[in-house]
Amino acid sequence: MISKKMRNNNKLNCLVILLVIIFVTIAERSFDAYVIRILNLCAIYIILGVSLNLINGFTGQFSLGHAGFMAIGAYASALLYMSPQIKEVNYFITPLIMPFRVIETSFFVSLIFAGLVAALVGFLVGAPCLRLKGDYLAIVTFGFAEIIRVVFNNLQSVTNGPLGLKGLPIYTNLWWTWGIAILTVLVVKNIVNSSYGRALKSIRENESAAEAMGVNLFFHKSLAFTVGAFFAGLGGALLGSLVMTIDPNTFSFLLTFQLIVIVIVGGLGSITGTIIAASAIAVLMELLRAVEAPMNIFGLHVPGIPGMRMLIFAILLMTVVLFFKQGIMGNKEWSWEGLFKIIFPKQRDIKEGD
Amino acid sequence: MSVLKIDSIYMQFGGLTAVSNFNLELKEGELVGLIGPNGAGKTTIFNMLTGIYKPTKGRVYFYDREINGLGVDRITSLGIARTFQNIRLFSNLSVLDNVKVGTHVHIKSPIWKAIMHWPSYLKEEDSIDEQAMELLKVVHLDKLKDHLAGSLPYGEQRRLEIARALATNPKLLLLDEPAAGMNPQESRDLMKFILDIQDKFKLTIVLIEHDMKVVMGICKRIMVIDYGETIAEGKPLEIQHNPEVIKAYLGVEAATNYA
Repeated sequence: MISKKMRNNNKLNCLVILLVIIFVTIAERSFDAYVIRILNLCAIYIILGVSLNLINGFTGQFSLGHAGFMAIGAYASALLYMSPQIKEVNYFITPLIMPFRVIETSFFVSLIFAGLVAALVGFLVGAPCLRLKGDYLAIVTFGFAEIIRVVFNNLQSVTNGPLGLKGLPIYTNLWWTWGIAILTVLVVKNIVNSSYGRALKSIRENESAAEAMGVNLFFHKSLAFTVGAFFAGLGGALLGSLVMTIDPNTFSFLLTFQLIVIVIVGGLGSITGTIIAASAIAVLMELLRAVEAPMNIFGLHVPGIPGMRMLIFAILLMTVVLFFKQGIMGNKEWSWEGLFKIIFPKQRDIKEGD
Repeated sequence: MSVLKIDSIYMQFGGLTAVSNFNLELKEGELVGLIGPNGAGKTTIFNMLTGIYKPTKGRVYFYDREINGLGVDRITSLGIARTFQNIRLFSNLSVLDNVKVGTHVHIKSPIWKAIMHWPSYLKEEDSIDEQAMELLKVVHLDKLKDHLAGSLPYGEQRRLEIARALATNPKLLLLDEPAAGMNPQESRDLMKFILDIQDKFKLTIVLIEHDMKVVMGICKRIMVIDYGETIAEGKPLEIQHNPEVIKAYLGVEAATNYA
């Protein structure tokens, strides 16, 4: 029975969540700020990667608009959680429009607001793009992200334009980032493994056949875009409060590119792969800072080149595409059954003999 | 009450008339064959019935309900299912999941219950699983349920596509060249299989097929189409001796010689 299997797995999943909670408690108390920052970034990349994988990997709608949704989330939340004083300092050229000028809410409320606004925009972007496929969809969503960036650069009374927002209070901590990362993984996993998820995958496999089997394309594509954008908004909000400074150019195409690398390296259609790739890239981003520093190679002095890290990521992406076409996990998932099969290979034989 | 009533439909693509003045009334439990040379407009008729094309003129009624203009998925949910001439399975999904996608159209739990693993959703998932396994048993693919659909041999892919169509719980099944590419033995098995599922699921079936043995063997009524026009209609034996049909298939000379 599927429901029994799911319930058993739920117990084991609770165990994992408990372990994460214990780990976060220890980390918050004893790790230094640098490690905590990397762990925060890990979780944020997981949120962003898994939500992008729902759109790109599972539904097969190649979207390049994730940075746009993140920008919306980051700004929407900042407008709520910044105190009126900080807002006044930031908006010294053009004052902020009215309701936001005096509002200050808790971080939790601002996160929900960020998610909902991003989800709404995700729906509005997803709906007209339904007729587009493949490259065309990629171009339109890429255009959307650029439009958001340009609009935010010019909408000074809301976003403070290219000056950006500075001195954002730091609310992001390991509890928020890992809590929401777990939530993202659970929600996306449950969608993907449900009947709705099978419908999403069927759209990826063959759109016309899916429609002929009664899958409502409009509903399911909008579903993927809306849920994906919701979590992208949350990720953007968390990132904003972590780095303390946001401006529209933070959310450029390079950010989407990083996420695409995560999803493709991890495997389109594998949550496990995305989690592994997201963590690896968050750590690599820090380790590879060494590459950008000035160095001496065989007596040859090489000055520091900013952006060398991205070059290495590009090489990494090409290597994966050439040698592991499906990414490191393909569309396979880590599962409890799989783990048990590795640990207790004999039991499996007995079961098969039944 | 007729299952399907097609009232003089036309389909024009620009200046080309693909189907003109096509009429058909189906009673419950009928098995009608639709034949004609390549490019005659048979698949176009299927595409109009399933909502992929909207007829330029004319009306289609399904159980007295007008369905032209409805979306493809809506028409499927009302009870018309089809297979494709070129097999269109979800190749990277398992055999079982392919069939389960077909049941999705009748899912009752909303998305949030699925996300939260609500008990009523889990119960529904169990019944979907059972239903899909039963269908796989009917098409003898239950042992292969975990294989990828794309890895199956040709004949089994055809059967899986029929199982997937049956999973949508149709009243009317449209089969587009199910015997294409099959050897004589496989075609014979297919004939029996089609009659079996028709009986088991109380289906009304329209069959497009080039394999005359199959069509003549199982259809009680046959319609012949050429250049979008219905040129003959009747029992298999009548069709075989109809000079118009012979002309369409073999040319004028053959028809005069035969006569």
